[in-house]
Amino acid sequence: MTHISVKVDGTTYEDDVEPRLLLVHYLRDRLGLTGTPVGCDTSNCGACTVELDGAAVKSCTVLAVQADGSEVTTVQGLAHDGEWTGLQRAFHEQHALQCGFCTPGMIMAARDLLREHPHPTPDEVRQGLEGNLCRCTGYQNIVLAVLAASEQEVTA
Amino acid sequence: MIPPAFDYARPSSVDEAVRTLAGAGDEAKVLAGGQSLLPLMRLRLAYPELVVDVGRIPELRGVREDGDTLVIGAMTTHHDVIADPLVRRHAGLLAAATATVADPAVRHRGTLGGSLAHADPAADLPAVVLALDGELVAQGPGGRRTIPARGFFVDFLQSALAPDELLVEVRIPKADGWGFHYEKFHRVAQAYAIVGVAALVRRDNGQIAETRIGLTNMGATPLRASAAEHALSGAGDPDAVARAADSAAEGTRPARDTAASPEYRAHLARVLTKRAVLAAAGMG
Ligand SMILES: Cc1cc2nc3c(=O)[nH]c(=O)nc-3n(C[C@H](O)[C@H](O)[C@H](O)COP(=O)(O)OP(=O)(O)OC[C@H]3O[C@@H](n4cnc5c(N)ncnc54)[C@H](O)[C@@H]3O)c2cc1C
Ligand code: FES
Ligand code: FES
Repeated sequence: MTHISVKVDGTTYEDDVEPRLLLVHYLRDRLGLTGTPVGCDTSNCGACTVELDGAAVKSCTVLAVQADGSEVTTVQGLAHDGEWTGLQRAFHEQHALQCGFCTPGMIMAARDLLREHPHPTPDEVRQGLEGNLCRCTGYQNIVLAVLAASEQEVTA
Repeated sequence: MIPPAFDYARPSSVDEAVRTLAGAGDEAKVLAGGQSLLPLMRLRLAYPELVVDVGRIPELRGVREDGDTLVIGAMTTHHDVIADPLVRRHAGLLAAATATVADPAVRHRGTLGGSLAHADPAADLPAVVLALDGELVAQGPGGRRTIPARGFFVDFLQSALAPDELLVEVRIPKADGWGFHYEKFHRVAQAYAIVGVAALVRRDNGQIAETRIGLTNMGATPLRASAAEHALSGAGDPDAVARAADSAAEGTRPARDTAASPEYRAHLARVLTKRAVLAAAGMG
């Protein structure tokens, strides 16, 4: 067991974990933050994307012990007092989801994209979301939602 | 899936990391960004007894100049390599090729050193560092040694590093004045290259004076397209480049897999070499 201290969505947790515990399982199984899903076994789908010290990462490809001393933001940490961020609203308004499985990861990856390119072109949106797979929407409305959010100059 | 159980060490200096590795024999694995190692462990294709996490060793990160050479710490992430002004100015090929690796989230974690130490012939950066005539600096119990990229990639997923050696930095001669291009052929987003070609071209009086070409996924290791490099000397127009690029697959032994046959890979090497050289020479 290894002792870790991690701040997740604003709350600091102290835990003893097995080194092999993946960050995504720590979030889901230990902390009960099931808003972050697991979609694959190969680090390809991006459904598990969270922010680690402000940068998007695939939480299935990070060990919980690697997050020791760090700050994690999940999709559940975005809304404040029940109020969605502009990016979340844009996903809702543009119908950027169907089953919703990819949505937490898409939103976290899109935040990362908007930090690096506050006013992206449609092509930059597609490149920025290249690590996130969606089996329902055909991506079109996801791209529109990200573009809409960027036009509102929401910092997400 | 869940990785097999292992012991975990997080040294805070290179010396401590090397001591930890030396004490563990063959059963230890270095953990850099984890973007190749953790997927392998999750699929239970790798099961080290000890994982030595070198992610918290500040001296392994960052880019500096040493005269005519760029020195890039092994733990510098793909993301930081792409953004680094020194890399962009003096080794633009590396920045451009790194931008084609995986996706933004993987690039936040994955490192240059990890990518090279992994020695996957389908990965982009080994062929790029080979084309740039880079050198790799390793530290082991006996001190430091410098390994030219030409001698570093030994076989499929096998580098010249001993189990108790840590790759500490990558030295790249500044490629000022060279045109460059990385041409990657893959079918879907974030996929590995079926074939990739890294080209550096120096022109003189409108003609190609010198070319260096690294090939991705054309054998068990990254390769230099030596015959084509030679044939390209003196090429002054796109037809001459196309003729010279016909020898790009000479001496290669590409694999057969679900993506391509060896013959198709050889065809791609020729076509992509032509495109990469034309773009690098500004003749495209
Ligand atoms: C979805 C996905 C897509 C990808 N697509 C691409 C792609 O298109 N092109 C591409 O080139 N790569 C791709 N990659 C791989 C990615 O670039 C990895 O970052 C890289 O291969 C390994 O770097 P790492 O720092 O994560 O190393 P790790 O996974 O931590 O380590 C890899 C290996 O190198 C060893 N090692 C690492 N650092 C050192 C060191 N300093 N000294 C000694 N040994 C060391 C480790 O022990 C391990 O055996 C992809 C990965 C994923 C998950
Ligand atoms: S669960 Fe698919 S990338 Fe993490
Ligand atoms: S909405 Fe179903 S996977 Fe994207």
